Amino acid sequence: MTRTLITSAQNTWCPGCGNFAIQHTLKNLLSDREMEGKSLDDVVLVSGIGCHAKIADYLNINSFYSLHGRAVPAATGIKLANPKLTVICCVGDGDAYAEGLDHLIFAAKRNIDITVIVHNNRVYGLTTGQYTPTSPLGFKGRSTPTGTAEYPVNPVELMLASGAGYVARGYTRKMDLLKELIRAGIAHKGFAFIDVLQICATFFPATDYYDSHVYELPVTVSPGFEAACALAREWDYNSDARIALGTFLTRVSPSFDERMVPVFVGEEERKRAIRELLDARM
Amino acid sequence: MNEVSVLIGGKAGDGINSAGAMVAQLLNHLGYRIYLYFDYPSLIRGGHNFAVIRGSERDVGTCRNQVDFVLALNEETIERHKEKYTQKTVIISNKDLVKNGSYGIPVKAILAEEKAPVIMGNSALIGGFAKAAGIEWEVVDTVFRRHIPKGADQNLAVAKKTFDLFDPVHPIKKCENRPQPLVSGNEAIGLGLIRGGLNAYISYPMTPSSGILHFLAEQKERFGITVVHPENEIAVILMALGFAYAGKKSAIGSSGGGFCLMTEGLSLAGMAEIPLVIVVSQRTGPSTGLPTYTGQSDLQFILHAGHGEFPRMIVAPGDAQEARYWSERAMDIAWKCQCPAFILADKTLSEGIYSLDPDSAMSRSVSFVSLWDGKIPYRRYENTESGISPMAFPGAKDAVVKVNSYMHDEAGITAEDAGISNQMTKKRLKKWETLIDVMQGYPMVIQSGTSDASTALLCWGSVKGVCEEAASELGLRVVRPVVLAPFPVDPIKKALSGVKRLIAVEENATAQLAALAERHGIITHEKILRYDGRPFTVEDLVFRVKEAGI
Repeated sequence: MTRTLITSAQNTWCPGCGNFAIQHTLKNLLSDREMEGKSLDDVVLVSGIGCHAKIADYLNINSFYSLHGRAVPAATGIKLANPKLTVICCVGDGDAYAEGLDHLIFAAKRNIDITVIVHNNRVYGLTTGQYTPTSPLGFKGRSTPTGTAEYPVNPVELMLASGAGYVARGYTRKMDLLKELIRAGIAHKGFAFIDVLQICATFFPATDYYDSHVYELPVTVSPGFEAACALAREWDYNSDARIALGTFLTRVSPSFDERMVPVFVGEEERKRAIRELLDARM
Repeated sequence: MNEVSVLIGGKAGDGINSAGAMVAQLLNHLGYRIYLYFDYPSLIRGGHNFAVIRGSERDVGTCRNQVDFVLALNEETIERHKEKYTQKTVIISNKDLVKNGSYGIPVKAILAEEKAPVIMGNSALIGGFAKAAGIEWEVVDTVFRRHIPKGADQNLAVAKKTFDLFDPVHPIKKCENRPQPLVSGNEAIGLGLIRGGLNAYISYPMTPSSGILHFLAEQKERFGITVVHPENEIAVILMALGFAYAGKKSAIGSSGGGFCLMTEGLSLAGMAEIPLVIVVSQRTGPSTGLPTYTGQSDLQFILHAGHGEFPRMIVAPGDAQEARYWSERAMDIAWKCQCPAFILADKTLSEGIYSLDPDSAMSRSVSFVSLWDGKIPYRRYENTESGISPMAFPGAKDAVVKVNSYMHDEAGITAEDAGISNQMTKKRLKKWETLIDVMQGYPMVIQSGTSDASTALLCWGSVKGVCEEAASELGLRVVRPVVLAPFPVDPIKKALSGVKRLIAVEENATAQLAALAERHGIITHEKILRYDGRPFTVEDLVFRVKEAGI
């Protein structure tokens, strides 16, 4: 049975919002998955809170509509509980880079097998236009009317430094590439991170800038950690530079969920173990 | 009635806790019921540590002011605890370090003779204690062999040297009881959770709850569980909710400060209706407070923690036996009612060591988790009579399982509509009623002491032991709600029938249970409070009750 992939929930993203492209891409990937004969019952979408997170309402798959910044630990728990599930996290830039940055770093460090897609519009949309950790220096938002006094973080560099095994950057107006990056991220056994540049039609409409600065990395073998770091520093999310799109690094190592598989112990065996333990305390 | 108290003191790092455990086992093998209190400051080396081991013919959960034996590893022990000595107190000490102990042991020389490492010095004192207390060598031999898996022979040789040095000074009697397992409150909580079907324990270290984390991490293979120590308490609760969403029973543990960070996730559990067991072991607050000392000052916090309105169960076990019983049930109740269930402990209970009856509470009624019948479409928040919606977990065929922190409709999709908001809030409130019904089947209030006494002590949690002993000396009644939410008003009123004077006994500064009771029309006439981080002793409480007037 083919599933209707979009729920009847009314879509409330602004016209022109980059979220549509990410939703459309995920929908196509889910549809491809079904065509390959794989069940969608095993897919779980975990979201934070923000405009991005409405995707949990819109896609007709298992979902955990979590808290602001807290999608990643919930996803980690889900994957540890049932490693057979494919766990995809849709998070925002304010969400994952500010409120929940600790979780993101630790997920990369642990190499938990989840795919984190950051809807990075570099502004808080739902709370009506404040700066985020990736807004450029001097960004004038409603909490910083005279411009921010701090530099942005470079999430690609940060994720490389944190040990992420799959690090990529996409752009919502390059949908074919985006689809391939997310597909590869899901297929990657371990922690996969995809920073997706998208515009906020209302508070950060940067289409012209991105269109004129992005370029695609050659789809060749991953260049190795040092080269990936150098490549990540080419654009620091602040100064005027070329913006590379594609895969920065692919590195496979044992995942957290593989290392944490519990020993199976049946109920009777458990009872016996308790009795033995208590005996030893006499 | 036979009873004996032993104090062991020394510097942090001297192995006071393990020496205390050995003394406890010696008394256990003489048929005594045990309570061990361990007192230590928040540091790793240096500072004064001491343990008091109390053995009694009857179940025991508190200490007395006076001790029969002192094992002093240093001079400071002798000085600090002077007020605990009587004419009869036998002081066994390390002669190399202590000038004026009545029974000095040349520890250094004995270790040299046996070519034993410094760490075995405590065995020399224990051997001396055993002889002074008239304990047969066979008992020492059995206990050492059972509880020192490595190097038992050499430790025994060291102990024998001092055993042969003394005469029985203050022989203690054997009791009729058989030995019982000695476990800490934290271990009892862990065992209860395991019996309740625990799949995953997730925790960030924080005294005095860390013992649960350590115990379950050490035993995870034996019990087949996952144990995770994540980056912080926020991750702890979110991970646990992830486990439960995926169908695995999870529990988390912390103390007040760590639990503060979890309140955001607690509200999520309430809104998303995800079952979870939360252990909060109290210490003296606010803030960092007294990390290694006890307190009962978080009841009002746990009652109200989290924003928004949702049902919760709170239980405060009084000893290890109850801790095991209720930890197991808390898991059942959380999954039955799809709500958070709290086990509210404190340092006294968590780190105290108690005798546990291994055969009690082995059987329990099977709990029913309401599960999806497979009818499509699955709706996670289907509105039912009880407010409890059947559960399905991701991976189930054709079930789209949507949980949501937003106000949501029955399918789990965000809804800000006034009508749906009303309906779903009512659904969650119905679960309060269902929870109240479910709890009727449990012993929510314990009445003990003199059942027709017109003066009663009202207490909760680990002060159980001291209240029961004081009540027994003074001929009073004790009424102790074990369940604190939903608050068992009627069972408490029933237990108080005929009581004319009600005295609240709590280890906090504002009488939090008394305040809760008062909101339900139960008035206390006196409040006996202690809030210096140290548990009441029997003599303290008897004095304070007499002072307050029976």
